[in-house]
Amino acid sequence: MKIRVKFAKKGYMKFIGHLDTMRYFQKAMRRADVDMMYSEGFNPHQKMSFAAPLGVGLTSSGEYMDIEVHSTDCSEVMVNRLNEQMVEGMEVISYRQLPDDSKNAMSIVAAADYNIKFREGLKPDIDLRDAFEKYVSQPEIIVLKKTKKSEKEIDIRPGIYEAKADDDSAFLKLASSSGDYLKPELVMDGFYKYIGMEMPKFALEIERLEVYAGSVEEGFVTLEDLGREI
Amino acid sequence: MALPDEILLSIDKPERYIGNEVNMVRKNPDDVDIRFAMCFPDVYEIGMSHLGIQILYDMFNRRDDVYCERVYSPWLDLDKVMREKDIPLFAIESQDNIKDFDFLGITLQYEMCYANVLQVLDLSKIPLIASERSDSDPIVIGGGPCTYNPEPLADFFDIFYIGEGEKQYYRLFDIYKEHKKKGGSRQEFLEKAAEIPGMYVPAFYDVEYNEDGTIKSFVPNNSHAQKKIVKQLVVDMQSTDPEAEYNYYPRKPLVPFIKATQDRVVLEIQRGCIRGCRFCQAGMVYRPVRERNVEYLKNMASEMLKSTGHEEISLSSLSSSDYSHLEEIINYLIDEFGKKGVNISLPSLRIDAFSLDIMSKVQDVRKSSLTFAPEAGSQRLRNVINKGLTEEVILNGASLAFKGGWNRVKLYFMLGIPTETEEDMKGIAELCEKVAEVYYEIPKTERNGKVQITASSSFFIPKPFTPFQWAPMCTKEQFLERAKIVNGRMKEMLNKKSIRYNWHEADVSVIEGLLARGDRKVAKTVLRAYELGCLYDAWSDSYDNEKWQQAIKDTGIDMDFYITRERSTDEFLPWDFIDIGVTKKFLKNEWENAKNETVTPNCRMKCNGCGAAVFGGGVCFEN
Repeated sequence: MKIRVKFAKKGYMKFIGHLDTMRYFQKAMRRADVDMMYSEGFNPHQKMSFAAPLGVGLTSSGEYMDIEVHSTDCSEVMVNRLNEQMVEGMEVISYRQLPDDSKNAMSIVAAADYNIKFREGLKPDIDLRDAFEKYVSQPEIIVLKKTKKSEKEIDIRPGIYEAKADDDSAFLKLASSSGDYLKPELVMDGFYKYIGMEMPKFALEIERLEVYAGSVEEGFVTLEDLGREI
Repeated sequence: MALPDEILLSIDKPERYIGNEVNMVRKNPDDVDIRFAMCFPDVYEIGMSHLGIQILYDMFNRRDDVYCERVYSPWLDLDKVMREKDIPLFAIESQDNIKDFDFLGITLQYEMCYANVLQVLDLSKIPLIASERSDSDPIVIGGGPCTYNPEPLADFFDIFYIGEGEKQYYRLFDIYKEHKKKGGSRQEFLEKAAEIPGMYVPAFYDVEYNEDGTIKSFVPNNSHAQKKIVKQLVVDMQSTDPEAEYNYYPRKPLVPFIKATQDRVVLEIQRGCIRGCRFCQAGMVYRPVRERNVEYLKNMASEMLKSTGHEEISLSSLSSSDYSHLEEIINYLIDEFGKKGVNISLPSLRIDAFSLDIMSKVQDVRKSSLTFAPEAGSQRLRNVINKGLTEEVILNGASLAFKGGWNRVKLYFMLGIPTETEEDMKGIAELCEKVAEVYYEIPKTERNGKVQITASSSFFIPKPFTPFQWAPMCTKEQFLERAKIVNGRMKEMLNKKSIRYNWHEADVSVIEGLLARGDRKVAKTVLRAYELGCLYDAWSDSYDNEKWQQAIKDTGIDMDFYITRERSTDEFLPWDFIDIGVTKKFLKNEWENAKNETVTPNCRMKCNGCGAAVFGGGVCFEN
């Protein structure tokens, strides 16, 4: 039986990397006595996969993983049971059953929402709302994308599905599929360049709010909504 | 958090410093009388893998009046930042400064962590030299195997506790609490502590030296100090009651986020070893052997797997094959937890039909390797070190294993053992060759490709409280010369292509030898090495031999005196004020037996009257 688990990763848990988060949940499943399915062999692994890795330093209120279980209790009981095993900063939000033929979360992720705040004293001294609106209304936004191997100029505008700011923070809905993945840092880097500033190191506090399947044309649906409460 | 985000995001593995792990103990520091910072002076992943600290962390925190927190050596990257920005070292749980604690307890597991001990004190802003500390500084107390010769660290510690932590810490806490209430001086507290069995306050002893540098006298200068410090141990480990006195074991071990070296439940099945290998310090200082009750272990295994969620469990002891209920506990673990996807990680077992059968059940034979530790290349030299393993046993074991599908073998040796001859050295290569030949005797159709034999040599370092404590140790050049002889002989072997040979760093072994048998005069060398920038010396990437050599030179240390000299059995050795139960007479006899190549039977075959029976328990009273 396929289950989708939604969880939040907040506070100092932002320093826990993706692989360690996976290890953390493998152990949490055991502590909560979830009837997990395992792979065969001498080193059996739990059937567990994560929707989208979250970078170190980012918090999230909408992380997802898919697991496979032999049997389960109802959603409410399982959420409570898992939350009894969570450390401060980690919280299980929902536990829902997926149709047996559903694709795993990783392969259907299409977009993600982010909230971006500025660390104390590091907010640029401008009218954020206005500047941000002008920034994203450009027909194209060319930024320098650095990878380990190379640097190249790309247009990130098509990957920005939604963007707005108020006086203190910005909201972004960005392309987030494996083939078309836009990092919020890159969008903000472009914004700083646009307002004629260099982005200070560690200036941003980024929180991922939600992850979606779907597309611009057909509309987005949260990964959570693809499952049903049991 | 003691560290701001911009630091945590710029260093490697910030998870080392933020705490919040599963099963971390949370208390309000204002609600306790005693704040204890427990330190393993190495990086977090190593320190978090240490069972002893988990036991004491659990034991201390059972008391409502104590809050025990953890601290490890900051890694080199953070070390640099903390010095630059003048950030004091903090405890993981509360993130409070170590300097504000009542105690800083440091476990001394290996000699090459000594520079890190000074790093921890220094970053905590505690004066390195104990005599310079004030009433507001924490009491710095050392424990662990290296306290069986604490003298090279005597200047830096207020107290060393010689023995197993379970035994006397509660008493120390009671005395401290009382003392704190009344408001006495640091000196007064140390005087009270010095009266507790096993507690050694180095400042309360005066050492005088002969002209040749040996110790002339070692006497208390304070009426509260004990003349002999008697090792403390838990005598009865057979209780099935987890609440029984001294029978502490963590039912909820800490689970790090980051992958620790020991990322599994560890089940300590027994303490001590019956074997009596003459090079082995643990085999002497942890006498007598005390087994844990098998029913107790079954319960603990179950509870710990449940509370941690670990997917692996391993057994811990010096020689698991000697545990009376080994088969029972292993079968229990396989039957009970194997089907739940828990890996059973086996300790190095004696290779025989039983262990091979078990191993084939819990691991992939094609991927795993067999381990033998003959330690010496010839039977003659194995008799010298009292290593019972014979060539016949090794070859029979290998043959059985090869027929069972294994084709990888690891062999561990030591070079520089007293009386070692060129023949003994060449024997290492010859033994490897014989193992290879056993493999190729198996018909081609029944064997699994080529055999891979890896032989490793470490360099023999004489340790206190072993029969070799008087023995001369080789110089770096002698060590390397011996490795060359072995390597040369390897190249003459018929199956040389199936054998890989490697050896340890020789220069670090010599420093370890200095620290292992050093006296109080060596403390200034440790301090100098730290001042010169030595840190993480147990890590080959950061070990800097030139700095250690400089420190030795700067402090006028005569390496011949500490390393290559054979000590007289009449000499008062720096650690002779400690009583481990095993008598000096027994050790002297064993030193003679070694020279005569005479084997001494193990504790279960025959009692050899080593002296450990004085504790009144364990293997000495099995029959």
